[in-house]
Formats: sequence, structure tokens, C-alpha cells
Amino acid sequence: MRVLTVCGMGFGTSLMMLMTVQEIGRKHGVKVEGEAVDLGSYKGKPCDIIIASSEIAKQIMAEVPVLAVTNILDKADIEQMILPYLKQ
Amino acid sequence: MLGDYLTREVVQLDVEDLKTPEEVIRYGGQLLMETGKITQGYIEKMIESFSAIGPYIVMAPGIALPHARPSGDVLTPCISMIRLKVPVCFGHFDNDPVQLVFTLGGKEDNSHIAILQELGSFLEKEGIVSKLLKIRSYEELILLF
Repeated sequence: MRVLTVCGMGFGTSLMMLMTVQEIGRKHGVKVEGEAVDLGSYKGKPCDIIIASSEIAKQIMAEVPVLAVTNILDKADIEQMILPYLKQ
Repeated sequence: MLGDYLTREVVQLDVEDLKTPEEVIRYGGQLLMETGKITQGYIEKMIESFSAIGPYIVMAPGIALPHARPSGDVLTPCISMIRLKVPVCFGHFDNDPVQLVFTLGGKEDNSHIAILQELGSFLEKEGIVSKLLKIRSYEELILLF
């Protein structure tokens, strides 16, 4: 599964999200390929789902599902949110 | 490692008289500027970024992580921590109001990524956030690292 994590600008919070998602993927035996980008660079990148913090997700226009993370520190919550997609 | 960055002069608890997100971002930034870690320019960039992109920096309930794009305005990767005496609303639909603010500076060489990961791991620890809201001194803070 290919994931794009998006943050506001290239600081590293999208990388934090990507690592969390990959960790969750490993836990469920799913290989998650991904890229961490910022708002300026997400367009045109092929992926199955986009994951971004909630205020950023509002600003994303995409044809794939865009999942909004409210609390970047709540791994259980993120896990619950992405699980249906991991299982596909 | 966090303790190497969150030294006494960049940590302040129960900061008063900050009423807007801009004032909060400036204050966190000033702690870093006064200790020679960033320039005034970086503070302005953080403010602009908040204006342009919105309150996405409030990434967890009550916690804001102001930062701007890594650049030459940051002289050394850095973090400051402030706890607001009176929480401030940043306009975030889910995570307002903000009480803990970790202002971050990174350079283009990405040396700050490891620090960000460490901050994330630290804040994720069970019960840590509620402890951070209760500590009464810098000495109590370093015991948590």
C-alpha cells in the first residue's frame, strides 16, 4: 500500500506521521510504502491514501481518500483510522 | 538528548499576558533568538506561516509546535518550551485551547528530524502531557526526560 503523508511545510511532521503509519503497517503485516511531503508538493504523487493533520487535510484536493489526523500523538487513534485501508 | 536542547534558558512555565497565537509564537521564538539559536527573521516566518496555512501547528490537544521551513535563519537545531498560564485559542477545530508550546527550529541539513522524533516519542509517553501541565519547576521537568 502506498501512502502520502502531508504536512504544512517541509519540517518533518509528515515524516513523523509516515513512520507511525509504517509502524502500524508492520504490526499488521502490511508493507506500507510512502512519502512525506508538504502542502506545496503533494499533487501528482501516486498513492492509495493521503494522511494529513486535520487542518491540512481540509486544504487537500485529491482523488484518493484523505484521512485527517486530529492528534498526531495518538497512535491508537491513527491505527483505528487506517486499519480499514490496510486490510484492503 | 531532549535535555540537551531543552535547557533552562529556553524553558518557561506559567507565562502570563500572552493572548493571541501570534504573541505566543513570538514568545517561544524569542527564547530561541535571545539564546542565539535563530534570527528575528525566523520568528517572522513562523508568524507568516501561521497566517498562511492556519493553526495546523496545534497537532495534539492543547499542544502547539510552531516552526517554519528549515533555512539559514536557524543557526542551530533548537526547541523552546513554554507553558501558558492561561490557555490561548489558535482557531484549531479539535485541539484548542493551547497550553504547551514547543517552538522548533531546523536547518536545511535535516539535523532537526531526530530531535522532532524524540520530542514526539516523549510526548506520546503515557501520562507525560498531564505531568507537563503540573510540574512546578525546571528541575521537575528534567526528571521527566
